[in-house]
Amino acid sequence: MVDLIWLVPLLPLVGGIVLIAFGSRIGEPRAGWLATLATATSFIVTVAAYFDLLGSPAEERSHVVTIFQWIPVGALQIDLAFLVDPLSVTMALFVTGIGSLIHLYAIGYMHGDAKFPKFFLYLNLFVFSMLMLVLGENLLVTFLGWEGVGACSYFLISFWHTRNSAAVAGKKAFVTNRIGDWGVMTAMFVAFSAVGSVSYKAINEAAHEGTISRTAISAIAILLFVGACGKSAQLPLYFWLPDAMEGPTPVSALIHAATMVTAGVFLMTRVGPVLAESYGWVPDTIAIVGAATALFAASIAVAQHDIKRVLAYSTVSQLGFMFLAIGSGAYVAAIFHMVTHAFFKALLFLGSGSVIHGMHHEQDMRKMGALRVAMPVTALTFIVGWLAIAGVPPFAGFWSKDEILLYVYADNRFLYAVGMVTALLTAYYMTRQVILVFFGEARWNDAAAEHGAHGEFRPHESPKVMLIPLVVLALLSVVGGAMQLPFSKKLHFLEHWLEPVVEEAERSIKGTWAYDNKYLLLLVAIVVAFTGIALSITVYARRRLQSLEPKILADAWRYDATIARLVGGPGAAMFRGVARFDARVVDGAVNGVGEVARGLGGQVRRSQSGFVRAYAVIVSLGAVVLLAWFVWRGWLA
Amino acid sequence: MMFAVSETVSSLSFPILTSLVVVPLLGAVAVLMLGRMRAEWGKLAALIFSVVTGALSLWVLQAFDSTEAGFQFVSRHEWIPAWGISWHLGLDGISLFLVVLTGVLFPLVIAGVDPHHDERPYFAWLLILQSGVMGSFVSLDLFLFFVFFEIVLVPMYFLIGGWGYDERVYAATKFFLFTMAGSAFMLVGIVATALLSRGSVGEVTFDLVALAEDSALSVTQGRWLFAAFAIAFAVKVPLFPVHTWLPDAHTQAPTAGSVILAGVLLKMGTYGMLRFGVYLFPEASVWARPVLYTLAVIGILYGAIAATMQTDLKRLVAYSSVAHLGFIVLGTFALTDQATTGGVMQMVNHGVSTGALFLLVGMIYERRHTRQIAELRGLQHVAPIFAGFFMVVMLSSIGLPGLNGFVGEFLILVGSFDTARWWVVTGTVGVVLAALYLLWAYQRVFHGEPDSANSGFVELRLREGLLLGAFVAIIVFTGVYPKPMLSRIEPSVNALIEHVEAHTTYVQPVHDEAGE
Repeated sequence: MVDLIWLVPLLPLVGGIVLIAFGSRIGEPRAGWLATLATATSFIVTVAAYFDLLGSPAEERSHVVTIFQWIPVGALQIDLAFLVDPLSVTMALFVTGIGSLIHLYAIGYMHGDAKFPKFFLYLNLFVFSMLMLVLGENLLVTFLGWEGVGACSYFLISFWHTRNSAAVAGKKAFVTNRIGDWGVMTAMFVAFSAVGSVSYKAINEAAHEGTISRTAISAIAILLFVGACGKSAQLPLYFWLPDAMEGPTPVSALIHAATMVTAGVFLMTRVGPVLAESYGWVPDTIAIVGAATALFAASIAVAQHDIKRVLAYSTVSQLGFMFLAIGSGAYVAAIFHMVTHAFFKALLFLGSGSVIHGMHHEQDMRKMGALRVAMPVTALTFIVGWLAIAGVPPFAGFWSKDEILLYVYADNRFLYAVGMVTALLTAYYMTRQVILVFFGEARWNDAAAEHGAHGEFRPHESPKVMLIPLVVLALLSVVGGAMQLPFSKKLHFLEHWLEPVVEEAERSIKGTWAYDNKYLLLLVAIVVAFTGIALSITVYARRRLQSLEPKILADAWRYDATIARLVGGPGAAMFRGVARFDARVVDGAVNGVGEVARGLGGQVRRSQSGFVRAYAVIVSLGAVVLLAWFVWRGWLA
Repeated sequence: MMFAVSETVSSLSFPILTSLVVVPLLGAVAVLMLGRMRAEWGKLAALIFSVVTGALSLWVLQAFDSTEAGFQFVSRHEWIPAWGISWHLGLDGISLFLVVLTGVLFPLVIAGVDPHHDERPYFAWLLILQSGVMGSFVSLDLFLFFVFFEIVLVPMYFLIGGWGYDERVYAATKFFLFTMAGSAFMLVGIVATALLSRGSVGEVTFDLVALAEDSALSVTQGRWLFAAFAIAFAVKVPLFPVHTWLPDAHTQAPTAGSVILAGVLLKMGTYGMLRFGVYLFPEASVWARPVLYTLAVIGILYGAIAATMQTDLKRLVAYSSVAHLGFIVLGTFALTDQATTGGVMQMVNHGVSTGALFLLVGMIYERRHTRQIAELRGLQHVAPIFAGFFMVVMLSSIGLPGLNGFVGEFLILVGSFDTARWWVVTGTVGVVLAALYLLWAYQRVFHGEPDSANSGFVELRLREGLLLGAFVAIIVFTGVYPKPMLSRIEPSVNALIEHVEAHTTYVQPVHDEAGE
């Protein structure tokens, strides 16, 4: 099956092409089913490839499948090739698996939308690009997917493009991502210059064996991290992600929570050996940026009122955790958290979509409340997602987050403290969200008129096609932790599986204080999670404490506004200055010529031969002057 | 060295390259004669002759020997023996795709875009233009090249001046004067090169190959002569700061004029830099690189920033050309296998993508009679297929991997990194800016709720769809499978770099494949 790996990206691509050609003829809902089928079949092929790999010994689990020579010029030989190994298959599994579920959900969510087939066309193209990204054998194939998911993300954020905010958000996402892409491209230039190749194997081997300079290694690592900051919404480039919530909710779940935004974490893991051989400041930078982003975004999530924006900041924060793990050398934990996060965050987003659907497109949590009665399945599954992200055992998020914090403790206790505060905040704001949406008194009756509801306004439960994915993801969020349980080495399934990929980079924490006292750390984490939950209940359910939602947090520390001011102020002024410089100075310098031109233009209208004469005169004059100069220099003598 | 040897390789009995130059000229005559009888016959004749030229260029493409680095299909006849001027035509991997692009672009434009008045002279000028451009790309004689290079100006001048928009005469004259001023330098350069090489070559000759292989100019002579050529080509490209004719010419030219201008005319500058600048004056080319890199990178950033602030959609595309051509110049002078091959490829890619962009802008103007971004809105809502085509072409221009623009841009940058490191790091910022100006324009023109003026915007018509479909097919194919193109360009580029290495101390950086 490994040789057939090309089917995995091909199927959604074919789905997308069919929808380009016949989308409107296929129509709703068949376009949705077709796209879902393409992704689901791709999932089945991936599962087959997984078992294929599982059946072979650990050291034979890496295969290169070359399709054709893509860009071959001299020493630069880039193939369109796939690298099939435990890492890429893990990624492909959850991309196609969660992708299928979200496709299914979207059939219900997008019901009645005039551009229903086009939505699924974009979704299929997205899945194709994402699979190219994770399966790429070299940086350039990954970059093909990387840009492809960026473009699809742009299409889907601005899907409802007649709305100005959606159009602006889409453009903002694409351009911000491109800033990161500068890093990825430059990293490829350094790699080709130093290694003579952009293939992962060649780069990782060169780094591991030390055949290239440490400066080059560090440059590749930090430049790729710049790209990761863009794609995975880390400081300082995170600000496009909250705005990306303008897209339809299935998009937020698939692209801006579960898959695309984790591409940076994947890329860092893929080049783990490069990171491991870099100067120490490189992983330190990654860890610090990750921790800072995690805390920063969590603090903002505390004060958001839009149900999706809370989840968006939460995603930024959780991605920060993953980078904190990467920076601490905990690659397995990063991937572990990426997968469990994909489960519970996709669940939470789809749940919020179900709420928005049932609330007739209301997103303000202040106008919700008590929805558990009207939407029991949504409420129940959302609660599962909440427990998972809050770090309550035995739900999936608990295990993965604590795996990360264990490594962080061994690496740097200050960052561990930052992680713990973030974990507390996470439990706090997620509990707040659950209470505001599903518990307390119903606040939507007062706002019914605003929803444009005719007659009595009643929130309703979503159709089955939307609920099934919720239930499946809820189950995964419960049991997902079983991939990697801390109790004994035997239970480290994910670690054993990923070992051939990460062994060169993975940090060993055996013998550290953290490792010897891991149960104590687990206990601390549980206490922290419950403290956050209890605090939130006291504030929002019992109302014993005044809620603390300062405006500065609601405004996201005014970060976005400051950037907008800089771009709109000095940035725009600089651009205008260049344009004016071009019009007045550069063009003005030839104003003399321009005047002549205008004069000649007048003549042309009268007589074209006059113009040709003028041409002849000027050519000969110029030639004569120059020839004279040559003669004067004595060369022609 | 390889250039000289290969000359004997493929002298065909059928003078294919001469036909490429002559058939459009005959077409111009036919248009003038037939069109006098019935106006539609004029267009039909133009179409037939341009299609024949296109077919001949495609035949050249399939008959081209990709293992051969030197000139192929060479034809050589004495013209003015007393001055050593000959009708010397030939083509290699560097000119091949420019010839094919010239062959294919004209019939597409003739079929797809109609003039609103005076069909007969319009088509005749177009065909003369095609002949001149073809001639420039296949000339291997300096004098002959100059003749074609200058001939091109005349039809272009009349196309802009006669069928353009409000400021057309000003723009046409500006275009003419700028290019001509540059040409004056080149004319002096050409004459001086021939005369100064008299001693080393043994006779006065304008033959490119003879001069490049045998001429022994002093370092100073070479540098001054290179400068004379470089000025002419810099105007044509155009490089900062002699680019200001371009936005005016593009904006005022009729759609066909803009497509041809961006598609092939500007490439005469970058092609000339490679074929005449680098080949004739290797030492000077290597010496002048820092200046050219700097101007190229300024062009990339400056063109992109200026494009961002334009209020006229066509002017915006014109400034984007300044940025894109900056990449090509960077690659041309980086003189590595990857960069220069990428540069040659990007000449063609830019012609296709920007040509298609101008077609699309022209279609918008046909419908709305405005090019002002502020007056356009919400077009995607009323014309989704039109918007879809615009999107694909735009993404190609932005350099999205999988489409043609990326391959060239990537090769240029990755290949220039060793020889022009910090210029590349800076120039790559242009990739970010390209997304900015195009997406911002797209957002303002296509997104939003269409107002009353735009709600009647007509969806893409069948003929327009077929025309754009041809462009999109090339865009996608080249992006996904560039190998056939690269494998034909690369040997000639390599031979040229070896020529430079043989005549200078320059050595192309070597890459050890550490991994495999």
